[in-house]
Formats: sequence, C-alpha cells, structure tokens
Amino acid sequence: MTRSLLSISELGEAGIRRILDLADHMAEVNRRPNPKVPALRGKTVCNLFFEDSTRTRLSFETAAKRLSADTMTFAVSQSSLNKGESLRDTIETIAAMGVDAFVIRHGSSGAPWQLGQWTDASVVNAGDGWHAHPTQALLDMYTVRTALHRREGFDGVRVAIVGDIKHSRVARSTSAAFRLLGADVTFVSPRTLLPPVHDEPSTARLDDVLGDIDVLYLLRMQRERMNEALVPSLREYTMRFGLTPARAARLGEHVLVMHPGPMNRGVEMAVDPAELRGNVITKQVANGISVRMAVLFDLLGSGSESSLAGGIDA
Amino acid sequence: MNLLIKNGRLLDQDGTRAGDVRIADGRIADVGESLEGDGAEQVIDATGLVVSPGFVDLHVHLREPGKEEAETIETGSRAAALGGFTAVVAMPNTEPTQDCVEVVDFVREQGRRAALCDVLPAASITVGRAGTQLSPFGELADAGVRIFTDDGAGVQDPLLMRRAYEYASDLGIVMAQHCEVARLTDGAVMHEGACCSHLGLPGWPSLAEELMVHRDIELVRLTGGRAHLLHLSTAGSVELVRRAKADGLAVTAEATPHHISLTDELLRSYDAVYKVNPPLRTRDDIAAVRAGLADGTIDALATDHAPHESATKEQPLDSAPPGMLGLETALGVAIAHLDVELDAIVAALSWKPAAIAGVEDRHGRPVRAGEPANLAVFDPAVEWEVVPAELASKSRNTPYVGIALTGRVRHTIFGGELVVKDGTARR
Repeated sequence: MTRSLLSISELGEAGIRRILDLADHMAEVNRRPNPKVPALRGKTVCNLFFEDSTRTRLSFETAAKRLSADTMTFAVSQSSLNKGESLRDTIETIAAMGVDAFVIRHGSSGAPWQLGQWTDASVVNAGDGWHAHPTQALLDMYTVRTALHRREGFDGVRVAIVGDIKHSRVARSTSAAFRLLGADVTFVSPRTLLPPVHDEPSTARLDDVLGDIDVLYLLRMQRERMNEALVPSLREYTMRFGLTPARAARLGEHVLVMHPGPMNRGVEMAVDPAELRGNVITKQVANGISVRMAVLFDLLGSGSESSLAGGIDA
Repeated sequence: MNLLIKNGRLLDQDGTRAGDVRIADGRIADVGESLEGDGAEQVIDATGLVVSPGFVDLHVHLREPGKEEAETIETGSRAAALGGFTAVVAMPNTEPTQDCVEVVDFVREQGRRAALCDVLPAASITVGRAGTQLSPFGELADAGVRIFTDDGAGVQDPLLMRRAYEYASDLGIVMAQHCEVARLTDGAVMHEGACCSHLGLPGWPSLAEELMVHRDIELVRLTGGRAHLLHLSTAGSVELVRRAKADGLAVTAEATPHHISLTDELLRSYDAVYKVNPPLRTRDDIAAVRAGLADGTIDALATDHAPHESATKEQPLDSAPPGMLGLETALGVAIAHLDVELDAIVAALSWKPAAIAGVEDRHGRPVRAGEPANLAVFDPAVEWEVVPAELASKSRNTPYVGIALTGRVRHTIFGGELVVKDGTARR
C-alpha cells in the first residue's frame, strides 16, 4: 500500500506529531556543516508543478537533495496541458519513467487525489486549488511548537487567522492542523471572504480579538479580489484587517506573527515585519526544508532514523 | 415482421391489466387475453414483464453534429432504445448550433437513418445560443420544432426572454429554460454548501437556479406564455413551480434521475464523473424533487444524457465538462429511488413528456388496438448494476457504477419494429 500526504485531516493528529518529531532530526541534519544524508539514495522524486510557485518548488527540491534523492522537475502551465493530453495521460507518461514520489502543485482542488488514482507512487500535495496545503500547515505547526516550546500540544493556544479564508488552501490546512493539536482558531474575515460553511468561529472585527491571541496568522490578500466585489478597496481592507502600526502596538509581546508568503507589504502587512517582536515569518521558510525532508523521509525512507546518522563523504 | 407479446402486464393511462398485444404494420392490431399466434409472427413471452407505452426523453445531448467522438445520433439512439425510449428531444447545443432549419433537418434525418427511435430536434432560443438575438421561431416551428432552449445556459437577458415568451405564444411552441443566473455560478463546479466549503471548490448556489425559475414563472404570468423548466434540482425550485401550477400558469417541469438519487457528497472523491450542471445537491433537495414528482409538480423524468469522452473527464474538476450519461439507466434509477406506484413512474417517463414534446399523437399512447406501436417491455423488479464497457453510448461517463438499480428494459418496439430484444439492440 503506497502512502501519500494529501491533506491534514487524512494525516491526523498522530501523523502530525510523527512528522514534527522527524523534523527535529532533520533540523539537526540541516545544522551540520555538510547538511546531506544518504537516507533516500536511489529514490526518485518528481516535482510536478502545474502552477507557478518558485518558493515551494525550491523548498521541496532542497529537501529531496539533502536526503540524496534524485529529483526531476516538470513545470507546465495548465493551459498547455489542456490542449489534448488529459491529466491522466501526463501522469502515466511520467510515472512510466520510474518515480517513487510525486510532489504536485495544481491550481485545481482535488488534482492530487486524481493523481493518486492513476499512479502507484507516493503523492505529496504541495498545494491544490483552494483546498489544501498540508506541508505549509506542518511547517507552521513546527514553527509554533519550536517558538512556544510546546512539544506536548497547543491546548489553550489562541490563533487568529486573518484574511481571505475562502480562497485559501493555507487557511483550510493550517486551521485543521492547529485544531487537531488543541489550539482554538478564530477566522477574522469579511463575510465575502469566508467559505459558505465553516466550523471555526468567525468575526469581522480584528480589533476585538487582537488582545486575546497567541498567534496572529495573516493571509495574503490577492489584489484581484477587489475586482470581484469581495472587498471595496485594498485601502479599506488594510484599515479593517491589516496589521497596521496601531494594531502592532497593541499585540502582546508573546504573540507570534506568521504569514505563508509572499507578503503584500502595505496591504495585510502594513508595518515593517522586521520590527515585530514575534515575527517568525523567515523561520517558517527555514523550517519548511526540515518539515519537507521529514515528509519525504516518512513516505519513502527505511523507517529507521539511523539512516540519518551518517553524513555523506563525497 | 409482425409481433405477438404474450402474458405481459399492460400499464398505461387506463391502468394495469393482463393481456397480449398483437402488432402488425406499425400499429397495435389487437389487445386481448390469450391471443393466438398465426405462425407468421414473432412471439415474445412477457411473463413477469410490464408492457407500457414507449418512453419519451425531453432532454438528451446526442453531440452530432460537432462532437461525434463523444456520441453520434446513431449511438445515442441505440442507448435510448435500450433504455425503453421511443422518442428523444435532441438538445441544440451542437456545433453548429441547432438554430436554423438546415441543422434541425440534418439531426432529424440522422435520426431517421438510425431508425432506433424518433429523434426530435429542439432549437435554440437565441442564435448560436449567444443570448442576444432570437432564432427564427416561425421557420423552425414550420419545420416541426416544438421545444426551444439554450440549454447549457439560461437566457440571461430578461427583456429578451420576455420577447421570446410573447413571440412564441402565437406559434404553439414551448420555451424550455435552463435556469441558472450565470453571474452567481461563475467558475462553480459543485453545489454551494458544507461539502464545497470543505473541498475548496467554487460553489453553485441553489439561489442561482431559483432566481431564474421565479423570473420565468413571472414572465409566463405577465405574457401568458408557456414555459418548460429543465432539470430542476433544488427544493426551492420545486416549491416555486408548485405555487405557479396552483395559480394555473402554463408551466411544466422536469427532473433528472441523478437529481433524485445522488448527492454532492460524491464529489469528495474529486471524480469528475460526478460533475454535472445543475450540480448534485443535498439529501433535502433530493427529497423535495422526489416529492415534486410524486405529487405531479414535476411532470417528467428527463435524463439530460450528456456523453463526454473519457479523456475530458480525466481532468481536474474545474476543467472537466459537466454532464453524465442517463438513457440506459433511467428506468432502473427511477424504480430504485422513487417511492411511488409504477404507473406514476411510467407517466413521468412516457405520456406526460410526450404531451410536452407535442408528440402525444404517436408516443405515450394507451396500449390499445389501432394505436401506433411504440412500446417498452420491462422487468420492474430485476436488480442490476451498470457495466460501463457494455453501454451502447459511445461514452462511459455513468455515475452509477457499483450502485444497485431496480428495473430494466428487455424489449423496445419502435414503429412496430422490435428494435431491442432481450436487452440487445437489433440494429
């Protein structure tokens, strides 16, 4: 039975903890002068990016290479794919070259599930449509766990996720992971940017929650949302939902400020993040490598952490 | 070839009774008990089977001309005959569009060539289904077109639609509306509700259908026109039509087999075979549509048979086209999922849609001597599962794999010919 990482809910709480524990080992590898181990030597990881995402692709490529896996990258625009070949044809062709794991980023929700129907290889969801981005959620959990020294779980941790929840795979996966680890999540968003149905409590008043949170998670505000009558203007969005200097001054010293990137400076991030005490945004990026190494090792590795012990003598 | 159908249970608008049916020269020659064969005719033993008027499908996509790789009029007609249909209304969203006499004549002629059922071409309300200029209703009506629709899209412009109802009212034709306010469904791939929120898919709110159902009911009230509402899928739509009928307005409606049997939860698989327009909805909607069929608010079961090549369905949900097969499974779904008497199911499959399509002179007729011999002979109790590879349709996009169906057509008689015998098409 091939194992895959498609969503946080399929991974479950135990799975999240397993990956975060493995990520500790990977972080140790990454601190070495030569951060490379032979754990996945002989394995082939194919990065299949149907949507442009240089950051996530580089993160996965780096993770695979530090584990000594061979990598290939297939970047293609969805429009050219639609001109004849079905997604299934494309997948079956690449799988025939011998692939142990596909890392797939796709603009359409559900594409990684379809991929899983058509290949025996492991599938890692690197973001699908508005639906899920489980490795982002895992690196977020790893970042909070490390920063707050909360290995046991997030009971009592209060999280506000602010912005465009409806169109955000990050919000869906990250809120699910926070909740599985025991945190309380509140969505802060105008009604137009909330999904039609959601389990999390929600408010449209950021100022009401600002004094009662431990984590402030800002989402990227897409500029084109304005043209769809979802918000009247970016200026008004910043006024109601942006992290302005006045709001930053009200944040407790302990509050972590997070963002999945890329940031819209002057929109959701209306202060210089470098001046925020609890800014862990660059830590999120760095932790992304360790967490993605952990995911690939969990799916393709020997199961024994001893394979991480030795370095590579090139 | 003359036929004698022995020992069947006859079911039509006159009720149910035992009887034998003799067919000669395209008509029912005799109905009675213990008719004897004359040796020159083929005898069919219909013990345990129901003999009813042939079915009439108000809503099929035969894809010819334009998308013959998905279906042709011949393969679609064969699927229809296997489903017990002796007449089908061919939707006009072909390439080129059925918006002029030449294309409509071509479709009808291809139907005649296939000779498996009557193919009744519908025509578009607007030229090219572009929603801006009325098709030549008069010329098309003279060419025998009864049903006009831009199916696949609703006519968005309320002024244009008002004119359509007004202009059509002198011609004895029917405006059939695909009810969908397009601005509310931009990019939508499934029902808007809890399931789409979870799956991160753009939602198709019930309101988008109900707004146009309401608009067209009120246009009928204003103009004295006549409307047929296609593939209703929401509880709110059913209630709007129920009130319109109580007000005595000339409104009829249809529902599909999939909207009485399948919910939006199936999209959790992300399998595009479940993508259809209007989308699969909730259990409550299914219950309301079933109740609408049971009390006659919804007149007809129509399949919205929509073949698509496999490759087009092996795409992400937002790029795959909407639609599913329906002709060969309609009866089996209806009997399995409707808690009504069999005569109500046959009414919704046969004589009620025949009247809407304007073919009540030759389809959906009672099983009586002298009537045209367009009949379905089916086993109402047999349980079966569809095997995609065995479908007569050129496409394979049935959503019913692995789902038990009840009731299956054994024989179909079209124009006095036995076009389906023992579940196999004879041409």
